[in-house]
Amino acid sequence: MITQVVEQPGADPAGHPASVLPAAHRPCGASTSQLRLQRLALLALSAAILIVFCIISLLVGARPVAFSTAFDALFAYDPVSAEHIVIRDYRLPRTLLGLLCGAAFGVSGALIQVATRNPLADPGILGVNAGAAFFVTLAVGLFGFHAVSSHLWFAFLGAITVTLLVYAVGSRGRDGATPVRLVLSGVALSAVLGGIGSSITLLDPVAFDSLRLWSIGSLAGRNIDVVVTVAPFIIFGLVLSVCIAPSLNVVALGDDPSRALGANLVRTRILVVIAVTLLAGAATAAAGPIGFVGLMVPHVVRWLTGPDQRRIIPFTILCSPILLLAADITGRLVLFPGELEAGIVTAFIGAPVLVALARRTRASGI
Amino acid sequence: MTGGHDSAKGKLEAQGVTLRYDARTIAENLSVVIPDGSFTVIVGPNACGKSTLLRALSRLLVPSAGQVILDGKAIAGYPSKQVARTVGLLPQTSIAPDGITVADLVSRGRYPHQSFFRQWSQEDEVAVASAMAATQTTELSNRPVDELSGGQRQRVWVAMVLAQQTPILLLDEPTTFLDIAHQIELLNLCQDLNAAGRTIVAVLHDLNHACRYATNIIAMKDGTVIAEGPPAAIMTEKLVEDVFGLRCMIIEDPVSGTPLIVPKSGK
Amino acid sequence: MTGAYHDHSRARGNRPAAPATNTGPIDFGRRVAVLRLLGGRLSLRFDLRSLVTGVILLLSTAMIGAVSLASGKFPIPLADVFRALHGTAGDNIRMVVVEWRLPRLLLAFLLGAALGLSGAIFQSLTRNPLGSPDIIGFSAGTYTGALAVLLIFSGGYYETAAGALAGGIITAAAVYLLAYHGGAQSFRLIVVGIGISALLGALNAWMIRQADLQVAMSAAIWGAGSLNGLAFEQVWPVLLMLALIVPCLLILARPMRQLELGDDAAMSSGIHANRLRLMLMICGVALTAIVTAAAGPIAFVSLAAPQIARRVTRLAGVALIPSALVGGLLLTTADWAAQHAFGVQLPVGVMTVSIGGLYFLWLLLREARQ
Repeated sequence: MITQVVEQPGADPAGHPASVLPAAHRPCGASTSQLRLQRLALLALSAAILIVFCIISLLVGARPVAFSTAFDALFAYDPVSAEHIVIRDYRLPRTLLGLLCGAAFGVSGALIQVATRNPLADPGILGVNAGAAFFVTLAVGLFGFHAVSSHLWFAFLGAITVTLLVYAVGSRGRDGATPVRLVLSGVALSAVLGGIGSSITLLDPVAFDSLRLWSIGSLAGRNIDVVVTVAPFIIFGLVLSVCIAPSLNVVALGDDPSRALGANLVRTRILVVIAVTLLAGAATAAAGPIGFVGLMVPHVVRWLTGPDQRRIIPFTILCSPILLLAADITGRLVLFPGELEAGIVTAFIGAPVLVALARRTRASGI
Repeated sequence: MTGGHDSAKGKLEAQGVTLRYDARTIAENLSVVIPDGSFTVIVGPNACGKSTLLRALSRLLVPSAGQVILDGKAIAGYPSKQVARTVGLLPQTSIAPDGITVADLVSRGRYPHQSFFRQWSQEDEVAVASAMAATQTTELSNRPVDELSGGQRQRVWVAMVLAQQTPILLLDEPTTFLDIAHQIELLNLCQDLNAAGRTIVAVLHDLNHACRYATNIIAMKDGTVIAEGPPAAIMTEKLVEDVFGLRCMIIEDPVSGTPLIVPKSGK
Repeated sequence: MTGAYHDHSRARGNRPAAPATNTGPIDFGRRVAVLRLLGGRLSLRFDLRSLVTGVILLLSTAMIGAVSLASGKFPIPLADVFRALHGTAGDNIRMVVVEWRLPRLLLAFLLGAALGLSGAIFQSLTRNPLGSPDIIGFSAGTYTGALAVLLIFSGGYYETAAGALAGGIITAAAVYLLAYHGGAQSFRLIVVGIGISALLGALNAWMIRQADLQVAMSAAIWGAGSLNGLAFEQVWPVLLMLALIVPCLLILARPMRQLELGDDAAMSSGIHANRLRLMLMICGVALTAIVTAAAGPIAFVSLAAPQIARRVTRLAGVALIPSALVGGLLLTTADWAAQHAFGVQLPVGVMTVSIGGLYFLWLLLREARQ
C-alpha cells in the first residue's frame, strides 16, 4: 500500500508523470540520519572502489607489474628500471587521464541532462563531439597535420567553438535558451558539420584513416603532457559543476517554477554551458569521443541517490572514472597482450548494466 | 434521495475488484455501485484509492480479481470505442500537444464517435461548440492551450470530456487549479448535466462541495468503502473523524441546507 | 432525488443556462475547410494552411525533380525531359531520362517520404523531438548487420541489404523484449535502446577500424546512405512495401494523435494504448527498414522532416503527411546536390545532413526572431 507520493520535479519527456519514489524517499521507516549515514557509506564505498581500480590500472597490462614495484616507481623512481619507466611514462598518465576524463564525461552528461531536461542528452548534444571531430578532420584533411599530438588542440578548439555557436543559435529569441531549442540547434549544427566532415573524409583516405582511429576514443598512448594540458580545464569545470549543483535543482523543476523560486535561469544556463564545454571539450580532446560515460552514469547515479543534484554531481565524479578505468583495464586484458580501446569496452560494460537497471526500476525523473 | 435508492441498480458497478499497480495492492475485494442518474462524489484522504477506483471504472486499470460491470456485462467484453461512448473520464494528468488550439483539443474528445470516413460530422461540430459554450471556453477557442492559465486549461480539458457526450461522466479532481468562482461554476455545470440525465462520478477534496452537490457520497479509506449514501444521511462528525482523522462540527449550510463541515481548532 | 437539494441548487440566481447550443462555426485559430458528402456519411476537416503547404511542397519537389532529370553528364533541355516522360522523345533521350535518371528520382522521393513518416511516428510516440527509430537501436543494428556482411563475407548489394535488415530487425525486437516488463513503457524503451545502440556503435567502430582501409571506406559510404547505381529493379519492391504500409498508417493516424494526449486520455477515448504503440512501432521500423535495405541508413531526414513540417504547417503535434512530403523534398534536393553540386558524386546521406541541418538552423533562427 502506497502511503506517500513524492512528486519528482519534472515529468520525464516521454510523458509519464514522474511520481516514482526515489530510493531515498521510500516509506521504509528509516530516519533522516540513517539515510544520511547510508549515503555516506555509499560515497565511501564508491571512493574505495575507485582507488582499487586506480591501483589495478597501474599494475595490469602487457607487462604486469608487482604492487611493490609500482609503489617504488611512484615514490622511489629508478630511471634505469624498465618497469619503473612503464609505470611512470605509460600507466600513470593513463590512469590519471582515466580519472580526469571519466569524471569530466560523467559530470558534463549529468549537467546537460538536467539543463535540457532530456534523458537522451549526452555532452555530444551541444556539438562537442561534432566540433572536435570536425576540427580534427580539417586539421588532417585540409592542413595536413598528421601528428596525433596536434589533434589535441584542434579538438579542444573545435569543441569550444561549436558549443558556443550552438548556444548562440539556441539562445536567440524571446524565451532564450530553452531546453528544446538548445537540443535542436545542437543536433542541427552537429549534423551540418558531420555532413561536411564526412564528405571530406570519404574523398580523402588519409583523413578517413585518422578519423576512424580518433573516433573510437582511448586512454592509451597519451603521455603526461596531455594530462598536464587538460587537467586545469577539467578541474576548474568540476569545481564549477559542484558550485552550480544547488541551482540546477531549481532548474530541474521547469522554467516557470524556477523563475518563481527566484532562480537566475540565464546565469545558470550560461554556467552549465561553460562547464560542459570545458569538461567535455577537454576530455574529448584528450581521449576522443567516449560519450557513453556521460549518457549512462548519471542515469545509474540517479537511481542510487534520487533526484538531488547536490548528491548526483559528487557521486558522478566518483562513479564515472570507475566505469572508464574498468573499461580501460578490461581492454588491456581481453586481447592480451594486445589491447582493445576503452571507448569500445565502455559501451560493452556499461550497456548491460544500463539495461539491467532499466528493467529493475520503474522509471527515473530528471 | 431516500432509502429506495440504496438497492438501486446502477449501469456501472465494480464487483469485488482487487486493484494493484505492479506489486502494490491499492484495494482488495472492493464493491461499488454507481446509482443511475446520481451525482456521486468519492471522498477520502490522499492515496486511499479514489483515483484508482475511477481508473478501474473507466477500464483504464484492469482489476486483478473481480470485474467492472457496465449495463449488466463485464466492461472488458465491450469494444473499447463503445465503452468510450458510454463512460467518459477526465484524468488527473493529460498532455496537450505543443501549440494545439483550444477548439482543436476539445474536438479530440469526439474521437470515439468518429471513424476513418466520418472525421468531422455535423454532430461533432455541435457537440464541440456546446461543450465549449458550457465551460465558457468559446472565446478562448482559437488560443493555443500552452498560453492559457491553469484554470482556463482545466476548463478546456473538461470541455473535451463533455464533447465526448457520454451518459456517464467520471471526473478525477475536476476542480483542481480552479479559483473558487470557477469551482462553483464547474460544479453547477455538473449539476445541470446531472439534472439533464447524466450520471456523474467525481473525486473531490472539498467535503463541503461534496455535501452540497452530491446526491450520493462514497467515503473511502485504505482501499475500502467506509460509508455510502446521501450526504445528509451519512455525513457525521464520527465519519469525518474515522475517514480523515479530523475533529469537526457539522452544521446546516445556511444556503443549501446540506451538511457543512467546520473543523475544530487544535487537536 | 429529494426535492430539497434540488430546489436549493436551483435558487442560485442568474447563471447561464447550461449546454447552450451554439451552431456558429467554431474558431480553430486557423482556417479550416469542412467537407461533408453522402448525407454526412463521409466527413472530413482540412486545415487550409497544411493543404496549401502540401501543394507547395509537391510543386517544389516536381521542380527539383525536373531539374535533376535534366542535369547530369548529358545535360538535356527541360522541354526534352517532358517529351521523354510523355514518350515522344528520341530513344537516346528517353533512355537517359526514363531509364537512368527517373528511377533514382522516384526512389529519392519515396525513400525520403518513408523516412519522414517513420520519424513522425517515433517523435509522436516518444513526445520527444529526438525520437527516431534510432532510439530502439534500429540504425545501429542495421549498420552492424551490413558491416558484418561487407567485412566478413564481402557481400554485394542484395546480401548487404539482407544483412542490414536482419541486423536492424533483430536489434529492434531485442530492445522491445528487453524493455517489456508488464507493458512497454516509453521511458524504459528509450533507456534500453540507448544502451544497445551504444554497444552496437562501439562494435561498429571496432569493425571499421579492423578492416582494410578500402573495405572500411566502402562500408562507410554504405553507412552514409547512397542512391548511386539504383534502377527500376529497386523501385518496385519499395513501391510495393509502401503500398502496404501507408494505408495502415493513414488509419492509425487518428488514434496516434489521440495517444499524444497521454495514455489515460487516449484510453478513455477508446484506444488500446499498448497495442497501438506496438503497431505504430512496427510500421515505423518497417519504413526505415525499406530505406536501409534500398539505400543504406540515410541520416537526419527522419529527425528533421517532422520538425520542419511542424514549423511550416504550424500544426500541433506531429503530422504524418506533411512530414512525408518534407522528407521527400529533402531527399530529392539532397540527391541532386550530392550528384551535381561539387563535381564529384557524394553519398546522399552526407548531403541530407548538411542541407537538412542548414535549413533547420535557418528555421530555428527565424522562429527566434518572431
